Amino acid sequence: MSDLHPSREIVVVGAGPAGLQAALAAHDAGARVTLVDASPEAGGQIWRGGHPPSRIAARLLGRLRDSPVQFLRGCTIVDAPKPGQLLAMHDGNPLWLSYHRLVLATGARERFLPFPGWTLPNVLGVGGIQALAKGGLDLAGKRVVVAGSGPLLLSVAASLPLYGAQVPVIAEQASLSHLVRFALGLRYLPGKIPEALQLAWRLQPLRFQAATYPVRAHGDMRLTAVTLRSADREWTVDCDYLACAFGFVPNLELAELLGCTVREGFVVVDNWQQTTAPDVYCAGEPTGIGGAEKAMAEGAVAGLAAALLPEDANSPVSRNLHSQAAPHLARRARCHHFAQVLERSFPLRPELRDLPLPETTVCRCEDVPLIHLEGCSSWRDAKLQRRLGMGHCQGRVCGAATEFLLGWPMQSVRPPLSPVPVRLLAAAALAKADDSNPHPQTRPGQ
Amino acid sequence: MSTSIEVFVNSAPVEVKAGSTAAVAILVAGVDAFRLSPSGQPRGPLCGMGICAECRATIDGVANQYTCLRLCHPGMRICTEVAAAGAGARGDARESGCSE
Repeated sequence: MSDLHPSREIVVVGAGPAGLQAALAAHDAGARVTLVDASPEAGGQIWRGGHPPSRIAARLLGRLRDSPVQFLRGCTIVDAPKPGQLLAMHDGNPLWLSYHRLVLATGARERFLPFPGWTLPNVLGVGGIQALAKGGLDLAGKRVVVAGSGPLLLSVAASLPLYGAQVPVIAEQASLSHLVRFALGLRYLPGKIPEALQLAWRLQPLRFQAATYPVRAHGDMRLTAVTLRSADREWTVDCDYLACAFGFVPNLELAELLGCTVREGFVVVDNWQQTTAPDVYCAGEPTGIGGAEKAMAEGAVAGLAAALLPEDANSPVSRNLHSQAAPHLARRARCHHFAQVLERSFPLRPELRDLPLPETTVCRCEDVPLIHLEGCSSWRDAKLQRRLGMGHCQGRVCGAATEFLLGWPMQSVRPPLSPVPVRLLAAAALAKADDSNPHPQTRPGQ
Repeated sequence: MSTSIEVFVNSAPVEVKAGSTAAVAILVAGVDAFRLSPSGQPRGPLCGMGICAECRATIDGVANQYTCLRLCHPGMRICTEVAAAGAGARGDARESGCSE
């Protein structure tokens, strides 16, 4: 089974397609694996509460249940106090996780762009409404306008009727010519996604509007309607929900905290999914937006490499690792081709920068309107002067928005990565000060 | 999946499907403004996946819980900020059922 490292401890952060594959591959290769996720269930956003679960999701989740991989749900990483150690919040308590090697499979979040009314209750993400539907929300008889950009619009619009919703319109901001290019590029993608998208396309042809985007959400205490624009035409659609997001941005906070090199918005990795930080691997959306197939291929490579690559970078890579990784490396190459097509197919149109009015909220946590950002020179400047990104989400929403609107890259990730109770930080500080007991609760229940 | 459980949203009993998140329970209770922003704008869930923090509420007495990441359990007591703020404005936080 194992080459050399029967007791190597591996922590995998994120239990979506990349993390599940990484955890199972590393376990199969002989490592002791701990898999953590902030959600109450494994599967990531894509496989959460599947309706019904896809075959591959059911197989991986079943393998996780039957394996000795330790799965910690409801577990959020808040700090990396020293090499080989993470501090997490688990059910409200501090938890230290020690690792020889770490695999980051932190996934992506949706890119939200401000427009008048986007902060109203019942305006939410495309993945956002899907998550609520999978979380038990009954959408029977509800009208849901789906808007924004990317292939998720079609797959979510196709799934919403399963929860009882009507979808009066799907507004994709990309032009028809870009979408045709994307459709042609689907032939590079292995697996079922092309079929699913083509099915969605066939189901929704009359309601699908290319080169169309929301300009205003209406309502007082909640959403009542949305105005859409296509070229020089504007019209208003009554709806109960607006599901709107403009593609994905990777969750890079932990990678940045660990010092991984990030280039053009993505974590730099080598052929074995190793980042530039020692013993830190990365797989899935943080290395490039490419969907579940790419994430699974990269996750398998990362898990095998984390378990089997020798400590000494000059030692030869074992034949066992080469042969086990080969099919995943081939699949990864095909997926990277698709990721490139994806990236070129949904460019954000510049008109979207003109949607927010001076008084439109940009930073939702701190209620910073666009006009307050005038005169600021950078993310950091606006943070210090105007409290941009200083609230609960710590710039996870407005960071991507201001990057698009104003060209400001986000800077300076600092612990804690998520808001935590002060008592947790105090407990962490006390434990850190106690050198005689450096790993007070490394593996709970053991 | 078809079994339902009872939770309390701002003291009112609500039936939700087993496996529902607390965020869903709040919506099922007919509350879509979960909280108020610093300037008083109504807000509800945005991302549904523990990123945006817009869905936070008090669960079983613990404030600032991301309701989209918490599964309901029978008898769970969920209190939204808007209900608490309304009760507070009337000078009686206990009325909201949000303080024990």
